[in-house]
Amino acid sequence: MDGEELTEQETQLYDRQIRVWGADAQRRLSKAHVLVCGMKGAVAEFCKNIVLAGIGSLTLVDNRLVTEEALSANFLIPPDEGVFGGKTVAELCCDSLKDFNPMVRVSVIKGEPSSFNEEFLKTFDVIVVSCCSLAEKKSVNEKCRKLPKRTSFYTVDCRDSCGEIFVDLQDYKYAKKKLDDTVECQLSYPSFEESISVRWKAHPRKVSKLFYALRVIERFEEAERRNPGETSISDLPGVLKLKKEMCESQSVNEAHIPNALLERLVTNPTEFPPVCAVIGGILGQEVIKAISGKGDPLKNFFYFDAVDGKGIIEDISSQP
Amino acid sequence: MASQQQLSAIKGAKVLMVGAGGIGCELLKTLALSGFQDIHIIDMDTIEVSNLNRQFLFRKSHVGLSKAKVARDAVLRFRPNVSITSYHANVKNQEFNVDFFKQFSVVLNGLDNLDARRHVNRLCLAADVPLVESGTTGFLGQVTVHVKGKTECYECQPKPAPKTYPVCTITSTPSKFVHCIVWAKDLLFAKLFGDKNQENDLNVRSSDPASSSDHAEDIFELNKDETIEHYGRRVFDHVFGYNIEVALSNEDTWKNRNKPRPIYSRDILPDEPTKQNGNADKNCATDGQSLISAMASLGMKNPQEIWSLMENSRIFIEAIKLFFTKREKDVGNLAFDKDDQLAVEFVTAAANIRAESFGIPMHSLFESKGIAGNIVHAVATTNAIIAGLIVIEAIKVLQNDANNYRMTYCLEHPSRKMLLMPVEPFEPNKSCYVCSETPLSLEINTHSAKLRDLVEKIVKAKLGMNFPLIMHGAALLYEVGDDLDEDMVANYNANLEKVLSELPSPVVSGTILSVEDLQQELSCNINVKHRDEFDEEKEPDGMVLSGWQETSLEKGDSSKTLGNGESTSKTLPSTKDADKNDDTDIVVSGRKRKLDEASSAVDISSEANSSKKPEVLDDDDDDLVMLDDGDSAINKKKRLQ
Ligand SMILES: [Zn+2]
Repeated sequence: MDGEELTEQETQLYDRQIRVWGADAQRRLSKAHVLVCGMKGAVAEFCKNIVLAGIGSLTLVDNRLVTEEALSANFLIPPDEGVFGGKTVAELCCDSLKDFNPMVRVSVIKGEPSSFNEEFLKTFDVIVVSCCSLAEKKSVNEKCRKLPKRTSFYTVDCRDSCGEIFVDLQDYKYAKKKLDDTVECQLSYPSFEESISVRWKAHPRKVSKLFYALRVIERFEEAERRNPGETSISDLPGVLKLKKEMCESQSVNEAHIPNALLERLVTNPTEFPPVCAVIGGILGQEVIKAISGKGDPLKNFFYFDAVDGKGIIEDISSQP
Repeated sequence: MASQQQLSAIKGAKVLMVGAGGIGCELLKTLALSGFQDIHIIDMDTIEVSNLNRQFLFRKSHVGLSKAKVARDAVLRFRPNVSITSYHANVKNQEFNVDFFKQFSVVLNGLDNLDARRHVNRLCLAADVPLVESGTTGFLGQVTVHVKGKTECYECQPKPAPKTYPVCTITSTPSKFVHCIVWAKDLLFAKLFGDKNQENDLNVRSSDPASSSDHAEDIFELNKDETIEHYGRRVFDHVFGYNIEVALSNEDTWKNRNKPRPIYSRDILPDEPTKQNGNADKNCATDGQSLISAMASLGMKNPQEIWSLMENSRIFIEAIKLFFTKREKDVGNLAFDKDDQLAVEFVTAAANIRAESFGIPMHSLFESKGIAGNIVHAVATTNAIIAGLIVIEAIKVLQNDANNYRMTYCLEHPSRKMLLMPVEPFEPNKSCYVCSETPLSLEINTHSAKLRDLVEKIVKAKLGMNFPLIMHGAALLYEVGDDLDEDMVANYNANLEKVLSELPSPVVSGTILSVEDLQQELSCNINVKHRDEFDEEKEPDGMVLSGWQETSLEKGDSSKTLGNGESTSKTLPSTKDADKNDDTDIVVSGRKRKLDEASSAVDISSEANSSKKPEVLDDDDDDLVMLDDGDSAINKKKRLQ
């Protein structure tokens, strides 16, 4: 056990969760620094979860001004327009989050994820990006991997009734309970770019269809220079055409990505609040695990679709 | 985003939430965000500090206020147009009757105890309103759907009973720390500070009747001419020294056990009164019983630390002193409360000294408090996930989408790649006494058991009725209600004290009793069968009810495996008897459940799969998942370090 003891106040406030993950994990949490980019519903849920859990600090990035859409699944923004006063989404969320747990430092940084340099990024233990373009995801992930210390990287996005989490913990060591013993484990993660570059034919069997559908949409948005989530039913023909091309180049049958699923994702790019709660909860748990170094982390994609109710882990790593 | 049909179902729904705790806060938020317009919420609890780490609608300034009311106000701040009605009340109150329940489209439970869950289940059945039930413990959670006639009701599966321990294990032969806690809390604490008239097995009668004299009773009384320090040491020496010596004299007991060691205060503590080196004065300045603390008096701070025998002994004496000097009024009517700091300190110290005597490892105050208070482990993330899943099920229920109802388990370790595992709900259990008409049978000694025993031990404790009415044919034997006249009450009270076979309408072997709860609109028949003898240890009630099952919490094997093809074993959602103010209990029952292998899995590596149909499962995965009545909750307790 390193570091100082938890204060009496912390022990009292965090009593129930210390009973779940132990005092040592609680101490580590209180020293961890988390950066999140893109404050939509699932991220708002995630932020609430880790602020309640007693993370050391949380830094928010989202320069958008409040719109109807930003409000929809985000309970951190009060609907009273008078309060907005030119504040960004991140600034408004920050005010609410501070209120949840006075022991956590919550702050806002202006800027774009792609412009963050190493000096800045290395001050964080965990970086979560959401509603970012494919290029931004790749670039932040690559920068994380070049930092002098290991930094956990996550992406999270929800559309329609579906959600996706990507995890890159690089070379990660952790402790795991096995019967009454604690054993050391180690996992090696591929980057986001490496994962999505693995030939589909080389994938494990029966990977969630969501993985493929979301890759198609991600590519479509990039090709059309759309902001993430900026699609509508009129884009469906274009998306289906792209799907065909991608399946052909990967030599897999087109039927592996159902048109109906693509149609749902393209038509309803907004978030569904219950799915945000589920995805934000899973992501919160994963980040707490990664910080405390305890328990099997998920590797390296997680999918949830309210239509079938399954929450599935997919391991898509490069083959030797 | 919800579809148009979903949105119209959501907008037209009137929802009742029961519980505004860990799951409740998350649920109310998610309902409001999802577009629900008319939400009613019942919770009898007030906010406590230990809620704040996960019940995110509450702030420190809200401690002591109604959960239901504060949760409502908090959600209205970000969704002011939702209609939220709060009730700071017990869901078992009579105002929440069948008619009250009938006004809702669906009932959503975020409760913390079995009793209230059963009650709500019955009202939902009686009112024919669908129920979505939930629970969490640590990283585990579950959501189930109960629709009358379509799926099983909450009570179709046996529910776990709180764990009880054989009396002699507690009084004479503890082998685990929990036995020492039960002894310290239920026997010693109750003896010293609780109701003197309560039955208490602290001084087990020894085989020699002469030695169990009046003296044994006096020992716990504070004499006028002694100091509290002296009294504390006298009690110490009696329970940890003398009583152990007496127990040791019974050679047979120790043939196959390690002998305990008697501990006397003079060997542990110096003769002078223990010095106070803490800041006792500060305690006096602030009010509130939680601030009167033996740890503070002795300058000890860390609740995670395991105290030495000497430290435990000092806490023991100091706690007695503080009870008799600072909380005199409480002495004689205290019941153990996990939020009473001094009580937890005393119980920790007493349990540790006893543990030391019996060669059982000692525990910290933090751990002892968890065991003594049956504290359920709770984190915000699991509650948030479960709340999301409740809303997803609720929307299906509102659309009457019965084919897609699922019960979903939130697992700590993935099973067949799944962390969230949906399972098709069961059909109603045809022999469930709550949702079917199957009679129960009761073996009882009709010549010695009184009607009171039947009412307390069976009708209230086992069947969970609040306002029971018991009939034998047309004869009313007993009834509870607010509107009874005095004669009837006197009559029923007289009946309570009568032996069954001597009631005005005698209850004997072969009698069929009809038992009803008018509030729950539940009725069932009990076939009575006379039996002379009952095993004291195995059948402590002196009667056996069957057709009604309960499972024990502690069965040894705590991890069950899922599926056949899997090599690693996983801990399943399990059963926990949750205490008040916490979030849950989880029940998984022992039947085969068909896993919903929907079409989202695709086998990309096989080009042969080119049809548009959902993939046919072609590997040896077994779709049947065996969910046993796991009981890993007990195990979970040990995860602390
Ligand atoms: Zn039933």
